[in-house]
Amino acid sequence: MSTESTNFEALSVESASVVRQVSTWQRLSRNTSVRVGGIVLALLVLISLAAPWMGTVDPTLFDPASRDLLPGQKGEITTLEGESLEHTFLMGSDSFGRDIYSRVIYGTQVSLIVGLATAVVSMVFGVLLGLLAGYLRWLDGPMMRVMDGVMSIPAILIAIALVAMLKGSLLTVIVAIAIPEIPRVVRLVRSLVLTIREEPYVEAAVSLGTPTWKIMLRHILPNTIAPLIVQGTFICASGILVEAILSFLGVGLPPDIPTWGNVMAEGRAQFNEYPHNIFFPGIFLAVTVLAVNILGDGLRDTLDPKMAKRI
Amino acid sequence: MAVFLLRRLLSTIPVLLIVAVLVFLMLRLTPGDPAAVLAGDAASTEQIALIRESLGLDRSIPEQFAIWFGRMLTGDLGQSYYYKMDVTSLIAQRLEPTISLAIITIVIAVLVAVPLGVLAAWRHGGWLDRSLMGFSVMGFSVPVFVMAYLLIWLLSLKLGWLPVQGYERIAKGVGPWMRQLILPAITLSVIYIALIARVTRASVLETLGEDYIRTARAKGLPEVKVLLRHALANAAVPIATVIGIGIALLIGGVVVTESVYAIPGLGRLTVDAVLARDFPTIQGVILFFSFIYVMVNLLVDLSYVFFDPRIRY
Repeated sequence: MSTESTNFEALSVESASVVRQVSTWQRLSRNTSVRVGGIVLALLVLISLAAPWMGTVDPTLFDPASRDLLPGQKGEITTLEGESLEHTFLMGSDSFGRDIYSRVIYGTQVSLIVGLATAVVSMVFGVLLGLLAGYLRWLDGPMMRVMDGVMSIPAILIAIALVAMLKGSLLTVIVAIAIPEIPRVVRLVRSLVLTIREEPYVEAAVSLGTPTWKIMLRHILPNTIAPLIVQGTFICASGILVEAILSFLGVGLPPDIPTWGNVMAEGRAQFNEYPHNIFFPGIFLAVTVLAVNILGDGLRDTLDPKMAKRI
Repeated sequence: MAVFLLRRLLSTIPVLLIVAVLVFLMLRLTPGDPAAVLAGDAASTEQIALIRESLGLDRSIPEQFAIWFGRMLTGDLGQSYYYKMDVTSLIAQRLEPTISLAIITIVIAVLVAVPLGVLAAWRHGGWLDRSLMGFSVMGFSVPVFVMAYLLIWLLSLKLGWLPVQGYERIAKGVGPWMRQLILPAITLSVIYIALIARVTRASVLETLGEDYIRTARAKGLPEVKVLLRHALANAAVPIATVIGIGIALLIGGVVVTESVYAIPGLGRLTVDAVLARDFPTIQGVILFFSFIYVMVNLLVDLSYVFFDPRIRY
């Protein structure tokens, strides 16, 4: 990334936040991509919150009598108390007799949490390291070499190896997916810092004797927010994808936890006869990632016009 | 040129060194005792201790790294705990399917994506352009294994055109080899097509606005020549770059695709090694993939000279 282009980027961000403070929301709400992505995501959040009241049963319940049902078939399911319930398996059941519909609906929670958390975790660490690299010259070289190293290991391999080593839990999955994303955030923040720190207002603050941490927090950090939000959206999308891939490969969250990847992994063996075990969670996964990506495209076009032109 | 070549070659060394340290630390500093895994559930504490000693796992971390790194330089990646053979030959054994899959995928992707990108840029804002952009967002969003099952369901189960799973060595004939690989390669190429088409479109669009394009058109050059010789040729550098960067995506995709299609390649090996907590194999495969990634991007950098005569090193 050339210094010149980042300079423009910083400038446009600055003018966006200073001059058009009020109209940013208006521009966002007028953008079709932001609207479509936002509405679909809002629906998914609603589904994940309302999961218990959507005609679902406990997603870990199973009943050997209701194995391998086709979508829409009626069957029985045994509750934890041991009583048998009449239940319609809207999306069929898996080879343990678990309700796919309930597992897919509850899976929404896991995917959204993982996506959001990966974005937050990688941004927090990325911003911290990026600010340090951009501001402390002696740290810049070594840190960026380490980041180059991390970036030359394919992200999914880092995630797979880390989860396998740490044993799959929600926290380790989030950390494992977030770590390979950190270098991208560090690079972005560092390049922004390098240009912003040359701005007259930062110079002015330095000559007034403002402490470094205060300059970073008050003058530099706010100017990195718009590009970071855009970046964060894309990290969220890839976080959701990678979590599903990990679960699908059997190295993610434990198989009894309802995630879309786990449902698909369970459906693999019987794909020929029961393709819906893979297709229903697959549709949810694709739609979710698509919505987040579309939202990200829209945010980029509105918040970060320079970056929009580059891609 | 020679100086540049040397400097660019040398610049890969620190990156690879850091990768080596990271891979080593990542797998060694995490909880879990490979000796216990290797010994099995029935093993006694003494047996586990013995195995640990024979693997060198009882030494200090820096010592382990020094030994491991020294051996690695001579091409010795250690012994696989699970497959009971050395990792280097294990990787060599699994190389053919993965390289075949990767090459067919890249060929399909470039053949489809570059023309689409050029056409989309040429009729900027038209239906092809808009559907291509739509497709590329879709391509990034539909996970590779969902795509895989969709294609298996359609092309293998419903239409019966292609085999569902498996791999045939190229030694058994190009026909069967291709038949087995075409479906996985199409699956894997979707995301790659999305990426390359997007970049091709953007960079051709940019060159189409240049003065020399207007000149070329003004002197009555056929539009095909304008597009290919002037616009596309000048857009080659970013396209080459994105193919290089996309190798990371491809490697990630290989891991998933090989698992779905039961192809006995490196991706499958990675997953199996992780499930078996086979440290040396995991290390070896990750190092190997990272090495490939760094080398491909080195080649891409060098290819700039070929694509753009203005670039002189």
